[in-house]
Amino acid sequence: MYFKLFITMFNLSAFTFGGGYVIVPMMRKKFVEQLKWIDEDEMLDLVAISQSLPGVLAVNASVLVGYRLKKMKGAIVSSLGTVLPPLIILAIVTVMYENIKNNAVVIAILKGMQVGVSALIFTVVVQMILQLIKDKNYYGILMFFMAISLAVFLKLNTVIIIALSIIIGTIIALYEVKNNVG
Amino acid sequence: MLGKLFIVFIQVGLFSFGGGYAALPIIQNQLTNVHRWMTTLEFSDVVTLSQMTPGPLSINAATFVGMKQAGLLGAIVATYALVIPSMILCGIMSYFYYKYRDLTLVKKVLRVLRGSVVALILMGGLQLVQSALFPNMSLELKESILFVGIVFLLVKFKVDSILAISIAGVLGYILFYLI
Repeated sequence: MYFKLFITMFNLSAFTFGGGYVIVPMMRKKFVEQLKWIDEDEMLDLVAISQSLPGVLAVNASVLVGYRLKKMKGAIVSSLGTVLPPLIILAIVTVMYENIKNNAVVIAILKGMQVGVSALIFTVVVQMILQLIKDKNYYGILMFFMAISLAVFLKLNTVIIIALSIIIGTIIALYEVKNNVG
Repeated sequence: MLGKLFIVFIQVGLFSFGGGYAALPIIQNQLTNVHRWMTTLEFSDVVTLSQMTPGPLSINAATFVGMKQAGLLGAIVATYALVIPSMILCGIMSYFYYKYRDLTLVKKVLRVLRGSVVALILMGGLQLVQSALFPNMSLELKESILFVGIVFLLVKFKVDSILAISIAGVLGYILFYLI
């Protein structure tokens, strides 16, 4: 289990170009769809927590996933798996940066991979939106549009959007709980 | 030097809210203005490198700076210093999440919150799609064909993520270099 967790994170991290918004959908695909170690809702909760904390989003998410699976030891194994690939690759690349920067073959392959990653993210996000609708999570859908408006029109920072969403979510939840009781 | 790298990157890790590009100005300020460990030009090289290589931008920046300042050991110290605050805070938050998540109220808040999370992931994803398909503000034909092809592979054949990205790399070599 530890080894599998490490290898899975290592592979995800080694093939993930870009930061947290790329690796998070990939983690979801791996852990929710393929390995079925974590369920869909829980995964989104973990993402929400990683977004509201400081630090590297990808590492936050991997620590949370690791903790979920094997407590503190899992968190350490999982974050090691996430951190090592960029550490190794960049240590090498820094040394031979000037040669790589202008190599046409390298650029072509990387460009292809970048398109591949964006196609992957696209499909995962579509699935996530469909899941919201399937769950009849109407407040969630409302928050979805609110968050987009806040990001697009007011250009608010992610952390502020999450904080506002928690406040609004709490108000809605309190209202619902009160109505159920009364 | 190692101690200094450690302290600076612990701070970057602790104060870089929002991840990725949101943390960019904080990292840049620390590295180019406060400590003058790299020039602005070098910093933009790091950003380019980050787009070319796997891994989060801030980890890449930490490795790059550590490597330049104190070799491999510096790279390791800087990178782990960056990650330590994440590990501690996430460990604490996980504990509370699993302790309280079954409370009805917490459950309901999290359910509502899911919408915002999906929205933020969508926004991040769209930026990526934009930079991949519209690199110069106009839609690129080859990139679009590749994009549709990979989406097809993923949806129709449920291809594994890493395999899909590898296939995209090979097709990229053919489309952007050979043709």
